[in-house]
Amino acid sequence: MTITVKFFSLIREAVETEQLVLELNENLTTVEALKNELGLRGEAWKEALSHPNLIQAVNQRVVFQEEGINDGDEVAFFPPMTGG
Amino acid sequence: MLVRVTDEAIDPGELATRFYSRHPDAAVATFAGFVRDFNDEGHVDSLYLECYVEMATRILNDLGNTAAQRFGLRAWQIVHRHGEMETEDPIVFVATSADHRGEAFAACEFVMDTLKTDAPFWKREHSGDQGQWVTVKAVDKDRRERWSTEGLDQ
Repeated sequence: MTITVKFFSLIREAVETEQLVLELNENLTTVEALKNELGLRGEAWKEALSHPNLIQAVNQRVVFQEEGINDGDEVAFFPPMTGG
Repeated sequence: MLVRVTDEAIDPGELATRFYSRHPDAAVATFAGFVRDFNDEGHVDSLYLECYVEMATRILNDLGNTAAQRFGLRAWQIVHRHGEMETEDPIVFVATSADHRGEAFAACEFVMDTLKTDAPFWKREHSGDQGQWVTVKAVDKDRRERWSTEGLDQ
């Protein structure tokens, strides 16, 4: 399956990436599994994606890392929000 | 347009005037937020506000609809800027209209307190050649939290 992954703010800077389009193995079915897979790209990735305040969204909704991911989904990782 | 997320300059005065003319209801509250020129460590020269535009638009739409239902609003509008800004530039504009001032004020405050922690924007303040991401303040968390219990019977 194909998904899009976006990174914002501190997380974007840490992994030096704004967006990825990934072809995933069909047995990679949760956000947590995706984080582990991305963590294999290097220490910066592993550290950024294991940050205790990391927030994840699937299709623009904040979710727990146990959330499932499906073909065509848009997953995003970012720190706590500071708008207004 | 109820929600607008834009990287272009916004004019709260013009937005308020247009909202008043379109919604001449009994009570209209408006709020405008501007880039401040200071933080806890000193002077701030400029602000970069990063945004996940598609998600921010969705979250602000949900937030406006929730406020309308919770406070019985007749109309509402949320406009949020992102991108590079100078101090004193307007960042955000919120307008709420209702039959009574209590609901209009409360809804406006509810929207602002909630969007600060729930809408995907991230502030990076610049001072000289130094830049620093802004972290969530305890007061913002507290203000967000109080709405989870306050006003439920309105």
